[in-house]
Amino acid sequence: MFKKDINPAKKTKVKSSAQRALRSKLCDSYPLLAPYIDEIIPKKSQLDVMKLPDFATLYSLESHPLFVEIEKKGADDIFLPHLKLVHAFPHCFKRVQIDRGAIRFVLSGAALMAPGLTSPGGRLPPAEEALKPGEVVAVGAEGKDEICLIGILKMGTEEMKEKKKGVVMDEGHYLGDGLWKLSVE
Amino acid sequence: MADAANGEGAPVEPQARKVVYCGVCSLPPEYCEFGGTVKKCKEWLEDAHPDLFERLYSESSVEASLSTLSLDAQKRAERDAQKKAARAEASEAREQEKKAAAKVYIKRIERNKRKYVTAVIGLEAHGLELKKVAKDFGKKFATGSSVTKTASGTDEIVLQGDLSDEVYDFITETYKGVPEDNLECIEDKKKKSG
Repeated sequence: MFKKDINPAKKTKVKSSAQRALRSKLCDSYPLLAPYIDEIIPKKSQLDVMKLPDFATLYSLESHPLFVEIEKKGADDIFLPHLKLVHAFPHCFKRVQIDRGAIRFVLSGAALMAPGLTSPGGRLPPAEEALKPGEVVAVGAEGKDEICLIGILKMGTEEMKEKKKGVVMDEGHYLGDGLWKLSVE
Repeated sequence: MADAANGEGAPVEPQARKVVYCGVCSLPPEYCEFGGTVKKCKEWLEDAHPDLFERLYSESSVEASLSTLSLDAQKRAERDAQKKAARAEASEAREQEKKAAAKVYIKRIERNKRKYVTAVIGLEAHGLELKKVAKDFGKKFATGSSVTKTASGTDEIVLQGDLSDEVYDFITETYKGVPEDNLECIEDKKKKSG
């Protein structure tokens, strides 16, 4: 979804009341992040907001991008963390892993396909921790420590194991895409 | 990796991990090999973070990462990487050429017989942010200075007053990225308005 380079738009300051609401919403969507919320968004800080194309807004703190809020028609907005934030708190997000062969396709912006996850190099959570479609998931890679992609699942993990086919995630935020390169100075 | 296992509930110390990002392609160094500028990235990493370089590019780790792929896939990946590298190089060369050719015009425009404004056109091609530069101009020369859209859709900086020579000196002195040969002063006389 951020495949193309994004031109930096004007930054505006977030109202402190809106910032408080944002904090609580973040804690709701990412309960694992809650203990660190004071570090990510300190209470007395001033967030900046920038409008991005495709009904997305980027929240940043002192030139560090934090979250993108994506408006969905008819549903709640989705918060997608910026990969730099994911790198800082990797264990706060649900995680799957792709095999080595898939990395180069992911990093050039292809949709994530099920075989990349179900093959021996990939990793999916066990059945009792199955992920449902619509969840925000961080995607790691075989032999790498860092997350290379984050996005919204289109297919549940159990379904993947069964079918081993089809698109799992499109419109994610991957390393080196327009959002990654966007500077919020 | 910082583990939050200090048992006291709320973490006191900053828990965020510091991740090194490549200075060339901006990705985490592990992913440099997919960026198309592998060679440069490698040089940078060796310079800036020798320990990381050792870990990532030592022979054993390279071999380990290769052995997981089938031979066929390896070949395909290699060809792809080469193509990507060539493309990245070409685009970089093109960019540099463009930069070398991009002219900056300092235009003196007659506004009202003895009054002039100075327009600076083409600074953005040299990687400068017009808004910031305009602010600097305004501070330096104590005049109005603004970024305006021209009819053709490009942006230019407009300064109040005839400052073409001063601006010329200021640009050559402060913005070293702009080669002096590319600077040009031109004069624009207002046509007789009807």
